[in-house]
Amino acid sequence: MANMSLSKNPMPTQDAAIRAKNFSEVALGYSEEAALDEAARCLSCKNMPCVTGCPVNIHIPAFIEKVKEGEFEEAYKIIIEASSLPAVCGRVCPQESQCESKCVRGIKGEPVGIGRLERFVADWHNEHFSGEVVRPHSNGKKVAVVGSGPAGLTCAGDLAKKGYDVTVFEALHLAGGVLVYGIPEFRLPKAIVKKEVETLKALGVKIETNMIIGKTLSVDELFEMGYEAVFIGSGAGLPRFMGIEGESLKGVYSANEFLTRSNLMKAYREDSSTPVMKAKRVAVVGGGNVAMDAARTALRLGAEKVYIVYRRSLSELPARKEEVEHAMEEGVEFMLLSNPLRILGYHNPDDERDPKNGFVTGMECVKMELGEPDSTGRRSPVEIEGSEFTLDVDAVIMSIGTSPNPLIKSTTEGLDVNKRGGIVVDEATGLTSRDGVFAGGDAVTGAATVILAMGAGKTAAKAIDEYITKK
Amino acid sequence: MYKIVNKKVLNPTVVMMDIEAPFVAKKAQAGQFIILRVDEEGERIPLTVAGYDREKGTVKIIFQVVGATTLSLSQKEEGEYISDFAGPLGRATETEGLKKVAVIGGGVGCAIALPVAQKLFEQGCEVHSVVGFRNKDLLILEEEFSAVSDRFIVMTDDGSAGKKGLVTEAIKELIESGEKYDEIIAIGPLVMMKFVVAAVKPYGIPVTVSMNPIMIDGTGMCGGCRLTVGGKVKFACVDGPDFNGYEVDFDEAMERSTMYKDFEQHRYTDTCNLFKGIE
Repeated sequence: MANMSLSKNPMPTQDAAIRAKNFSEVALGYSEEAALDEAARCLSCKNMPCVTGCPVNIHIPAFIEKVKEGEFEEAYKIIIEASSLPAVCGRVCPQESQCESKCVRGIKGEPVGIGRLERFVADWHNEHFSGEVVRPHSNGKKVAVVGSGPAGLTCAGDLAKKGYDVTVFEALHLAGGVLVYGIPEFRLPKAIVKKEVETLKALGVKIETNMIIGKTLSVDELFEMGYEAVFIGSGAGLPRFMGIEGESLKGVYSANEFLTRSNLMKAYREDSSTPVMKAKRVAVVGGGNVAMDAARTALRLGAEKVYIVYRRSLSELPARKEEVEHAMEEGVEFMLLSNPLRILGYHNPDDERDPKNGFVTGMECVKMELGEPDSTGRRSPVEIEGSEFTLDVDAVIMSIGTSPNPLIKSTTEGLDVNKRGGIVVDEATGLTSRDGVFAGGDAVTGAATVILAMGAGKTAAKAIDEYITKK
Repeated sequence: MYKIVNKKVLNPTVVMMDIEAPFVAKKAQAGQFIILRVDEEGERIPLTVAGYDREKGTVKIIFQVVGATTLSLSQKEEGEYISDFAGPLGRATETEGLKKVAVIGGGVGCAIALPVAQKLFEQGCEVHSVVGFRNKDLLILEEEFSAVSDRFIVMTDDGSAGKKGLVTEAIKELIESGEKYDEIIAIGPLVMMKFVVAAVKPYGIPVTVSMNPIMIDGTGMCGGCRLTVGGKVKFACVDGPDFNGYEVDFDEAMERSTMYKDFEQHRYTDTCNLFKGIE
């Protein structure tokens, strides 16, 4: 009998007041009992609307069926047919706007907690599975993947499963891309990313760190080295700043820098060799998922007050609802319809050597109201005259997006980019303007989500297989 | 892991190492930099390339012990390994078409100025080198510099080697004596570069400076290395590290360089104590 409860089994979480002070994972995951109960809410629809909502087309009803039967390892096998990183996706996918948005149970009540079940299955596997990963028979053909983020890892995993000899080139010292430098420990424990990377290595994927394609090696050199195709999943690129006064003051960070210091370089630990400012009052400018990550990280680093400063209203916030709710529960204050004008800094006119000189002391903002909808239908914010106010903060984190990294483009002849700098690809295959060169993820789309990047990696893997087979 | 194949102590606080990194060695050019980590828990630090041997596959770094990371790097011996060594990053120094150049190096900045002088000399450019140090004990790379310089001038603060005075005085003297330079390339402490720019400004000679701000990834991703150049935000890692000296906001760069001063001092003291404990 299906479980006809209108609501999902709640996700157990750390108490907000406690978790706002530590870096341990916020969501604790379903128990077996909860997973069985949640799986029973799935009606196993024949037409499977949920699958159409999944960028990598996981066979959702089939894996949930196995969960119902208590066959968790079997459920895992069904998921990994489509996804190389289930423990990651179960945590960071925006399921509410993907698979779960299509769920029939969502018409009346809440949809099935597909993401939570995926996470449960992946964690169950990681905890209980002890067998060997079966390494596919090699076809002897080499493919190079640039970047070890979600797009690159997915592409590498799919090609390795088909027998390709795949090498992933990573610019940093650690594999994982945004999963290790961007998304914080409390949302995605790094041990989980490591485990997923280990699984790919067991499949035969080689990972070369400290290799900056476009600098250490060019795309053309990769072909000279015998790689038959190249996939570029090099990520979003250079952080944007607002261009306002005071952005060079000490205490102004890009979200990328702030998060990289904390996540990749472990600056949140007492014994870290990389510093990060332990600010008491922090303003995060922007309203996306990255802004939420930065705000919640600042809290955990000991800030007493953290503001999100966003120029539109709550309903326009681009971040996932769950992330906004978590941030609010933890005490992040939302200064909506507000826009920074300039950042104020300390300057002692009597002492040029005052150590406080050049540090942030506040941020001047102005109130905004939403005007007429523009051509895209979004109501653009307009300044309210005379509504200036000053936020008393000692750090400002700019989280207003990125512009594409020029390193690969500038060293790869014939690689077309669009006017925003994103690599131009054929959507159905990921093929770029260069023969044998494919691309996907943020390098193509600009900053987007982990699962969209994975979907692009998957599409490209299929196309690369066809391309090499036809050659 | 990257092997230290050669190590030489150049002066009490400056160490030279050749690191086995064939991919970097193959591509490195004067003016570019690398990022290294000494060990698994280490921070990432940028160091400008001081030389390379494409055949042996080694890259030369010369660094001053200024903090915990450079201290622990200096404790590594020949045959030992460091965790990470990535590059070459940034743009190479532009030397094309230059016929007569003054290269100015200050302190350990001379290590970076040397390959630039070498490159210029090899392409047939007339090179006048001016190097400055606090005193004779800190003087490094004297022979190497003089081998690639048509004129070579050493300045020390106390006059214990070469002439007494600052590099700014030497360059002004050269220009006043009638030397006509296509360009001046100044590499050293921020304050030195700032004053070289100020000193030669009246003569209208182009000045290139090499910036070395705080950095994490070195590929443009973090934006920590940003500088104001010509009123615009530039990233030293991808837009530089060389910039037009007249356009760089040195005061801002100097202020930003002290962002983590307290943290670095504590870690340096801790690391010092650690090494003392071992000995």
